[in-house]
Amino acid sequence: MGLADVTDTSPAIELINVNRRFLSPDGKSFATLSDFNISVARGEFVALVGPTGCGKSTTLNLITGLGKPSSGEVRVMGQPVNGIDPRIGFVFQADALFPWRTVIDNVVAGPLFRGRSREDAYAAGRDWLARVGLAKFENHYPHQLSGGMRKRVALAQTFINGPEILLMDEPFSALDAQTRVLMHEELLRLWSQTKAAVVFVTHDLEEAIALADKVYVLTARPATVKAVHTIDIPRPRVLSDLRYQPEFIEMSRRIWQDLKEEVKFGADASEAA
Amino acid sequence: MSNIAIGNGGAIVYPPGTSDAEIEAAALRAAIRHGRLVIFWRLAILALLLGTWEVFARYGIIDSFFYSYPSAIADRLYELVMEGTDEAPLYYHLYVTMEEAMIGFLFGSVFGILFGVALGRNRMMSDVLSVYIKVLNAIPRVVLAPIFILLFGFGLWSKVALSFVMVFFVVFSNAFQGVREADRAMIANAQILGASKWALTRSVIIPSAMSWIFASLHISFGFAIVGAIVGEFIGSRYGIGFIIQTARGVHDTAEMYAAIVIIVVVVLGAEWVMTRIEERLARWRPPAMNDTNG
Repeated sequence: MGLADVTDTSPAIELINVNRRFLSPDGKSFATLSDFNISVARGEFVALVGPTGCGKSTTLNLITGLGKPSSGEVRVMGQPVNGIDPRIGFVFQADALFPWRTVIDNVVAGPLFRGRSREDAYAAGRDWLARVGLAKFENHYPHQLSGGMRKRVALAQTFINGPEILLMDEPFSALDAQTRVLMHEELLRLWSQTKAAVVFVTHDLEEAIALADKVYVLTARPATVKAVHTIDIPRPRVLSDLRYQPEFIEMSRRIWQDLKEEVKFGADASEAA
Repeated sequence: MSNIAIGNGGAIVYPPGTSDAEIEAAALRAAIRHGRLVIFWRLAILALLLGTWEVFARYGIIDSFFYSYPSAIADRLYELVMEGTDEAPLYYHLYVTMEEAMIGFLFGSVFGILFGVALGRNRMMSDVLSVYIKVLNAIPRVVLAPIFILLFGFGLWSKVALSFVMVFFVVFSNAFQGVREADRAMIANAQILGASKWALTRSVIIPSAMSWIFASLHISFGFAIVGAIVGEFIGSRYGIGFIIQTARGVHDTAEMYAAIVIIVVVVLGAEWVMTRIEERLARWRPPAMNDTNG
């Protein structure tokens, strides 16, 4: 896949008039995305918020190439998505570490899959474990770590591949509130060193505002973009204090106005279903 | 301080000021006491069962011609071990049966895993072939024994074939299920990290199906022995099944039971070895899941 130089100014990710339809178990077709448009610049941190089950994860699947749009176009670095792009990294909501591998063997999985030498991979793996503060745990198995530590391993596992695009599907939703704030800081620190374009899916509005440059509010299913809010809080951000500042609260209130109706609508729809 | 712990409906309450060392010592004592009690009751039940059997048989409450009794079985077991049968020493019979069962087990589990993983990974193949597998699986395995004797003769391979079919389907269906149950997020993660199709199968699918596969290996080793012995019933010159069959011919029930005891010991031994191997391979698993031998 030759990445032409002329496309260097193109956005990292573009979804243009994307529709995605699924078949329900009884053979009925239904839409999860409809006329979906989004554009993420290189190095930009975008958060998608929307009601549960609205199609946020579907969006990420389309970008990875694991799913295909029913119509419309998905472009990564200016080129149509065709299979899994090696420039993409993905952090999952569920624990997606390999439980039978030690921490270090989990981290080096990517480089080894991609054909780097063992020596090289393990050197890089140790380096990344040190960066996420887990150097002492390289020979532990995932079940011996706390939820927060496992997420750090997952971050190291993803960042070691040097992704230019980072997709995150509610990565911290299973963590407790304090650990989550620590992970936010960790993520912003790692991200600031790589400057990957990020699409961060969440239904935690405060999380979205604290992390992102832009917050996209999606409608209930089928999802379209309802509103885009630019978050102009300067970086580097001090997250521990951020959420008590008046402009943060004001921003939350404003975005919540958009989100609230959709959440209610989505909840009604899923109860009826 | 001999009696620190005060029982309180299952929970243990310690008086204030009890040190950690004292609590730990008390817990250790309780654990040892529990372990001894378990062993005591196990032995007690065994003694009760064997004792009742012996007494009932000796006083004619049950017919010792059919049911024999423990001391007679023990005598016969001793004779078998020391002198064997007219045809061969015991170790040779055991060797023959184990050879049949082990070869059948080996091929059955290898092919079971290969087919299970292949079909689990390939939707088209599994949709097409599943109907045939259902049909084959519906055949009670032992009815194949006479056919295998015809096909492969009275020697080793007819029993191997029977062991093979006993083992294959169990391992196959567990491997298939294990592959199907592999975590989707984990698979997607490996794909995005850059795993090729083969790397995905080798380093994600198979390891995650491994606990399913091992569960089936535990059961199917017993089945492999069943296959060998049933094969020997139908026609053989050596083997534990042959011993039982000849003993039946001369109405020597004690010898039949003695042969059963030998097989039980062998299967338990194999089970033990397999559990050790599994423990080694499954070090990554949380100990709580492994802790069933307590």
